[in-house]
Amino acid sequence: MNDAIIWVIAIPLLGSLISIIWSRYASMIAIISNLLALAASIIIVAQVYQYGPVNHALGSWQSGLGISLRADALSSILLLMSMIVISAATFYAGAYFTDPVKRARFWPLWLMLVVALNALLLSGDLFNLYVTLELLGLSAVALTALSDNRAALQAAIRYLSIGLLGSLVFLAGVALIYMGHGTLDLVALSNKVQAEPLSQVAFGLMTAGLLIKSALFPLHFWLPSAHASAPAPVSAALSALVVKVAVYILLRLWVDVFDLVLTPLSAMLLGTLGAIAVIWGSWQALQAQRLKLMAAYSTVAQIGYLFIFLPLIVALPEGPVQDAAFTALLLMALTHGFAKSAFFLSAGVIQQYCGHDRIAELGGTARALPLTTFVIALSGVALIGLPPSGTFLGKWYLISSSFQAGQWWWVPVIAIGSVLATAYVFRILGYAFGPGESVGRVLNRGREEIPALLLALFATLILGLGSFELWDFVAQHSEFLRG
Amino acid sequence: MDFFDHLPLLILLSSLLPGLAIFLVREENHLLRTSLNLFGAFTKLGLVGLMIWGVFHEWVTEMRWQIAPGLELVLHADALSVVFVTLSTVLWLVTTIYAIGYLEHSPHRSRFFGFFSLCVTATVGLALAGNLFTFVLFYELLTLATYPLVAHKGSAEAVRGARIYLTYTLGGGIMLLIGVVWLHTIAGPIDFQQGGVLSSLTHLDPWTLRWIFLFMIIGLGVKAALFPFHGWLPQAMVAPAPVSALLHAVAVVKAGAFGIVRVVYDVFGVEYADALGLLPFLGAIAAFTIVYGSVKALSQDHLKRRLAYSTISQVSYIALGTAILGPLATIGGIVHLVHQGVMKITLFFAAGNYAETLGVHHVSEMDGIGRRMPATTMAFSIAALGMIGIPPIAGFISKWYLGLGALQAGAGFWVIPVLIASSLLNAAYFLPILYRAWFKPAMVKWPAEKEHSGRWEMPGALMWPPVITATLALLFGLFAAAPFSPLEWATLIAGREY
Repeated sequence: MNDAIIWVIAIPLLGSLISIIWSRYASMIAIISNLLALAASIIIVAQVYQYGPVNHALGSWQSGLGISLRADALSSILLLMSMIVISAATFYAGAYFTDPVKRARFWPLWLMLVVALNALLLSGDLFNLYVTLELLGLSAVALTALSDNRAALQAAIRYLSIGLLGSLVFLAGVALIYMGHGTLDLVALSNKVQAEPLSQVAFGLMTAGLLIKSALFPLHFWLPSAHASAPAPVSAALSALVVKVAVYILLRLWVDVFDLVLTPLSAMLLGTLGAIAVIWGSWQALQAQRLKLMAAYSTVAQIGYLFIFLPLIVALPEGPVQDAAFTALLLMALTHGFAKSAFFLSAGVIQQYCGHDRIAELGGTARALPLTTFVIALSGVALIGLPPSGTFLGKWYLISSSFQAGQWWWVPVIAIGSVLATAYVFRILGYAFGPGESVGRVLNRGREEIPALLLALFATLILGLGSFELWDFVAQHSEFLRG
Repeated sequence: MDFFDHLPLLILLSSLLPGLAIFLVREENHLLRTSLNLFGAFTKLGLVGLMIWGVFHEWVTEMRWQIAPGLELVLHADALSVVFVTLSTVLWLVTTIYAIGYLEHSPHRSRFFGFFSLCVTATVGLALAGNLFTFVLFYELLTLATYPLVAHKGSAEAVRGARIYLTYTLGGGIMLLIGVVWLHTIAGPIDFQQGGVLSSLTHLDPWTLRWIFLFMIIGLGVKAALFPFHGWLPQAMVAPAPVSALLHAVAVVKAGAFGIVRVVYDVFGVEYADALGLLPFLGAIAAFTIVYGSVKALSQDHLKRRLAYSTISQVSYIALGTAILGPLATIGGIVHLVHQGVMKITLFFAAGNYAETLGVHHVSEMDGIGRRMPATTMAFSIAALGMIGIPPIAGFISKWYLGLGALQAGAGFWVIPVLIASSLLNAAYFLPILYRAWFKPAMVKWPAEKEHSGRWEMPGALMWPPVITATLALLFGLFAAAPFSPLEWATLIAGREY
């Protein structure tokens, strides 16, 4: 049981290798290994919930020498969310890819992506973070390139070079830290880092690298084309998870290690960029002509919300109010993960059904797929931030934190962002209700539609009405917030 | 009384579960869908009956569900929620029967009835909400559930109307959200309480409270169609007749008005709201909207559009009653919540019947329609006379109490003229319709008459609902002093608020 933290990485890794050799059964192997990893992630969450953070030194090396794995409230919850999304997308992908060549290429890469995601979330030191970030970026690029049309390849190449740039800048920061402090272990560093110039430069470099990866405005330019042209299950993972773990590393570094270096001014700057991202991303989503492009721009906006929390968390006094803001941030990230993956999976169903995803021509097709349209509406509810979604609670706390911190100017940003989100979501639904062919059966492609439905339900009902445990969880284990 | 504590949840589920099930019913399976509909409607009616009993005896019916720190989902039945719950449950039942008849052969019936049930679930949830958080939650859900109903026909016009509806209501929803969250940050979680909560929290800055009130009234005013946020209502009448009926009488417009009542009485406390100077502000908007809506209604030839402007005017009576300090005005406002509902739903049922049977959409086509469709026109006439305020129909009671309340509060000098002007205007736009319908010779040929070989002027499922609701409007006026009449409940509530 205590080894769950290893299994969650080792099982997909093993699965990836086996699926290369035994490619005929690759989809079965992927489903089994992801479900096992999902079970392991549930065990990890339970362990952290009960006993607090879990540490594991691989091969029993002392920390600082070997690879140390670590799970706390933040990482274990994100891990669980990723594994749920990945498992759903895995079921979906089994029906999505029909071309045998693509299938054979897809599964090993997909499992490698899972390995990278899980290892990243569980990394306890900076070097491992760098390695897993790189591995994640490479498998993501390879998966994007699976849609072998020209646009997708161009987007993949761009994604690759930007991603490499981001991780190199990050690596430079890591190197500086090692030079200055002689260790890369996060726990050890948190006691050593002060507000001196070297740490500040290192912090700046690492932040810059991660901002590229997390596509914060104005560094978002690579995201829409990459996310919109990848195959649907890949887009789901990219938008819901890959971008989000970059934000995760940022948070980890800011609150865990560099809490003394992060000044209110720099937090305010990032918050402002987040606010611009909310409005700009939503506006672009409204202009988008294609469903997946719209979803990709919406990701830019949703990431922006996460950054608005930053100046608020810095400004709020330590205690329950700050914890609540932090949990709300986490809740918004989780909800977006579920909602956006559900959205992309549904967009994929529509694209396969009618061979395109042009919003203006959705009239008949959206009607022919009632369940998929419903899923799009549900995840749309979560993207807008209407009840009963988790985003609604997130926005509630975002607004209340703004008032509490005396930074009321974020409130109009949230209001405008919500209005724009309403507009882009209901633009699609408006077409769905518009004239077109008659309604099809409720369920057309069960293996693709049901996973998407489950994800959308997580985003709306479960996180919106049943997430009380989450607040409790974070409040109990918020010591990492306090340094 | 364990059972009574679960009653609010059961009432919600009694329309939610059949609603969800209806989505899965195959289009041609008429019998199953109708059974689900009626099963839900009658179950809810029975449960509401029990709840009235419970509230009358002041057995606590409350459910709490913790969502996040400081945020609780509270379902709670008090005298005011009972008024709204009963109104929506009874009218839902009638409207369901009407809708079954109305949509007989049209497409997408499962989708329609599914959302129809969700819409009522949201309305009832709103009525039972025990705090502002829960209220906001159901307020937004109501918007989401009604959007597909407004867009139901799928024509370009319907989609456009629905989009306008959505823009207004979700915009209002955000304003309400900001106001409520702001209030939360300065005053903590707020449970609705008779007599108000804020008056006891003396440390709050009055100007902040005024701003919060403004945000909340804008948010609620959009749904209540207060001027200048009424623009969506005439557009939303592209919806099918049963939807318009429900929208204007119970669901959306009433949700806004009900919210205003809740905020003034059970959050601020009516005396404290007056002390902050908020009531005259609200009263002025309401009075202006009353006159404005009536004036606009005068010039509309399209029947449903005329009725829509009439709604704008009539719903503001509720806000007006709320804005006048004193128990009599309170009674007038709350009782109008019910009276306007039964009268307006009658008018919309009748308008739907004219359109459905004869293809009559405009006032100018209604000459002599009374002889062709006597029952429907009779119902229409009763409701229209009630709207004008002619005794002994329900509308008279509302206006009487509003007038008395204004005199009692010393506001008679501006309220009475508004009431008189509005009644004259009501007469000016309703009486010509009645004259045409009963006294002018009938047209040679109706615009689009449908063949019907039944015993009555039209299928019973369409004819009886307006007759029933018109009878209710008459009974509510005639037996206003009987126990459990709307007036008696309103008196009970007013007694508990002051």
